[in-house]
Amino acid sequence: MNIDQIKKEFPIFDNKVQNNDLVYLDSANSSQKPRIVIDRIYDFYSKEFSNVGRSVHYLAVAATNLYEQTRTSVQKYINASDKNEIVFTKGATEAINLVANTFGQKYLDEGDEVLITELEHHSNYVPWHFLRKSKKINIEFAEVNDQGEVTLEEIKKKITDRTKIICVTHLSNVTGAILPIKEIVSFAHSKGIPVLVDGCQGAPHLKLDMQDLDCDFYAISGHKMYGPTGIGVLYAKKKWLEDLPPYQGGGGMIREVKKKGISYGELPNKYEAGTMATAQVIAFNESIKFLEKIGIENIEKHEKELLDYAVELLSKNNSVNIIGNPKNKGGVISFTIEGIHPHDIATILDEDGVAIRAGHHCCQILHEKLGLPATARASFGVYNTKDDIDQLNNSINNCKKIFNLK
Amino acid sequence: MNLKELYQEIILEHGKNPRNLRKTDNFTRDAKGNNPLCGDNVHIYLKLNDNNKVEDISFEGNGCAITMASASIMTDLVRGKEEKEVKEIVTDFLDMIKEKDELNTQLLSEDEKTKLMCLSGVKQYPMRVKCATLSWHTLTSAMNNSQEIASTED
Repeated sequence: MNIDQIKKEFPIFDNKVQNNDLVYLDSANSSQKPRIVIDRIYDFYSKEFSNVGRSVHYLAVAATNLYEQTRTSVQKYINASDKNEIVFTKGATEAINLVANTFGQKYLDEGDEVLITELEHHSNYVPWHFLRKSKKINIEFAEVNDQGEVTLEEIKKKITDRTKIICVTHLSNVTGAILPIKEIVSFAHSKGIPVLVDGCQGAPHLKLDMQDLDCDFYAISGHKMYGPTGIGVLYAKKKWLEDLPPYQGGGGMIREVKKKGISYGELPNKYEAGTMATAQVIAFNESIKFLEKIGIENIEKHEKELLDYAVELLSKNNSVNIIGNPKNKGGVISFTIEGIHPHDIATILDEDGVAIRAGHHCCQILHEKLGLPATARASFGVYNTKDDIDQLNNSINNCKKIFNLK
Repeated sequence: MNLKELYQEIILEHGKNPRNLRKTDNFTRDAKGNNPLCGDNVHIYLKLNDNNKVEDISFEGNGCAITMASASIMTDLVRGKEEKEVKEIVTDFLDMIKEKDELNTQLLSEDEKTKLMCLSGVKQYPMRVKCATLSWHTLTSAMNNSQEIASTED
């Protein structure tokens, strides 16, 4: 695969950012968008716009078909068994909130346990936290080990007879650890416990096969997959979507509304109340096509090469400390520099056009465990090159110079 | 933009060796502040004497060089000042960071003002303004004896 060619498909790299070539190392936060995705939004609004699923005029029918085509594309992309197992949401956060809310309502009672991990993003903790108050449940944390991983053994250790659902990240947005989802799911199912996977970081970088993973719920963020903001996907096994109560009420999700009672619509409408992010859903289809055209296996291989190169280079750099050393790691490197706060690193790197993230990356539980208030993080996307990593390293050296470090 | 203006020697020095980074014994007022976007936090301890003068001021917390330097310089400058003088200095500093080109207060010497003006480099870095102002907002909370955590997101 030709990265220079691929990079040309992203208009953001055509322009200088503050007089520098952009070295974008913040894809775990949000990825840049290829031209076909950007153009699709413009074209849809310019030539094809209508609301979906309601009116019978030409544009409405055409827009509905386009909208549903994305559902089918996602279904195929993640190998779900039914297109109605794909629910569009405003993001992965809403996808997890949907499950926490509806599963919580129906299946969680006082004293029940939700098992999550110390690696979780706030979006896979806070929605469950709400249930501590409303349902008096307990939240248990599978602990992270010295390598920055959560192992199957650790998960097993934390399962009790009160564990009602296990919620784990596929790929940590801080340490890069890839969790053994298939093994976790298989063990959990042997105990009759469903599993939700936060796939925000998994979906853009790993091959997804819902039949193979066999998880009950998988949350996807569109904007991290070279797609627009405002669009996410909840994959859920059909039995759950049929069984759980609706999430939000409104237009589009009902069958019949009477003064004395309301019946709800069939899947997938049941979970898509109100006017959805139509243009974004339609443009998201182009993101899927983009990923399919390159091939996720090629992306995985490319990002692994970048990761190995970066780990080697930064390990040699004095005073750079890489956080975690998981055996199975995705394209994320969090690091600290002795004597320079991550926010200062980020500001100084930015001056060279190197965009990274600094902070707790919405993982305060993990940072507390690590004893670090913040880390700096470089994360990769399909458009990154080894030159980007070299520039990262050079800018880190510049940082050290400004702070008078050797 | 100029990094050298942001990371002046005095900022780096105060950032590395913050003054008054401790907890005042028998403090009379205190307040916590944090920047929820980045997790920086400070806890200001204030001891006012019977004449409402700042007998001691100190802070605990962690953050970037700008956050630490700002808290360090601030705690040095307000010691010995009266409560209403502290409020005037805080307002003057926040106004300067927000919009004014210089400090107007007569309560600080030219040397002190020059030191404080070193923090004006953040004006070119909107995301970092909050680092410079965190301890100042927290000092206001402490003066008001507010139990609420001061936030840069007000």
